[in-house]
Amino acid sequence: MIAALGLRVNEAGGKIICEKMESKSAGYLERMGLFKIVGLKSDIAVVEHDPTGRFIPLTQIRNSSELSVFLSEIVPLLHVEPQHAESIKYIISELVWNVLEHSGSRDGAIVCAQYFKKSNAVKLGIVDTGVGIRRTISRSHPVTDDYDAIGLALTPGITGTTQREGGSEMNAGAGLFFIKSIAYVNRDFFVIYSGKSMYKLLKRIVNKPIALFADPNLDRHKSKTDLPEWKGTVVGIDISLDSTQMLASLLDLIRSVYFKAVRERRRERYKKPKFT
Amino acid sequence: MSYEIVLKDIVGDFAENKDLAREIRINKIIPALEKKEEVVLDFSGVNSVTQSFVHALISSLMRQYGDDVLEVISFKNCNETVSKIISIVVEYMQESV
Repeated sequence: MIAALGLRVNEAGGKIICEKMESKSAGYLERMGLFKIVGLKSDIAVVEHDPTGRFIPLTQIRNSSELSVFLSEIVPLLHVEPQHAESIKYIISELVWNVLEHSGSRDGAIVCAQYFKKSNAVKLGIVDTGVGIRRTISRSHPVTDDYDAIGLALTPGITGTTQREGGSEMNAGAGLFFIKSIAYVNRDFFVIYSGKSMYKLLKRIVNKPIALFADPNLDRHKSKTDLPEWKGTVVGIDISLDSTQMLASLLDLIRSVYFKAVRERRRERYKKPKFT
Repeated sequence: MSYEIVLKDIVGDFAENKDLAREIRINKIIPALEKKEEVVLDFSGVNSVTQSFVHALISSLMRQYGDDVLEVISFKNCNETVSKIISIVVEYMQESV
């Protein structure tokens, strides 16, 4: 988020000044490329180990070609198994496409990732400084506030590009629902923040049966609606490598919930007989 | 007559680039359909696809030509993930067409 703000400040002709940092996190910020991406020279000395198997520094993705290159490089960088790579690439691709197609962000998406050995998880962050989910969704659906918009964005079959069931030529309104579902089944942390609201999916309880919901408010979650306004969208997801399942095994479950939701929505629109 | 499109040559082993999906649809699939050719989409070497890619590839064909387009398009050498995602897109488009 700081990197994205820095890019906006630079673009607006502002000046970024960084005071000398004494904290231990200074070296981490340097290695993640924060100063580099916002164009600051840093005198923080770090030993640059080979990043393979540990992290992907802050990376700006502005178009589909940059995304394709990023996706081809991420797997060797994080050094993960094929079944983990599949989910990670899927999630990043869908989230970055959302930014490229809907956010209107001039800076594209800012992405970073890190592998944490203790939890055996890859933590991903994707942020933009675009128009935010409320404005995107409200192009085609009535929206009351930021939280309502986030809820609609997570609902299968809802896209800001059209009211039409089945979506538009390029969008179906399925991407975020798929990602939330992957996170739920794999017991991953998932958070989405836009405007003044935040939705955080809580980890599925281990021994409880898996139950996907089309309505994100029926999932175990936490929410806030009074956060400082973020003009754009932020998504964070932790992919636990111990519990990640092959994508194919999740798809039957996702499919059944998706169609149930679409059919129910269609049924709501059916004309009712008039009884007098 | 059938016209085969080997997707890996265009999109690589992870089919996610929606711009390329749109290009394949407009520049390869639609011209073949207009010439009354059958289209074979060969997914050999494609390990995974996103739902968005498949949507961008075929959804508007189903709007434009109706469900009957499925009689003249076939999907070849799909692994389990790829075939499931294609099935989801085909099914939700039929729900909405």
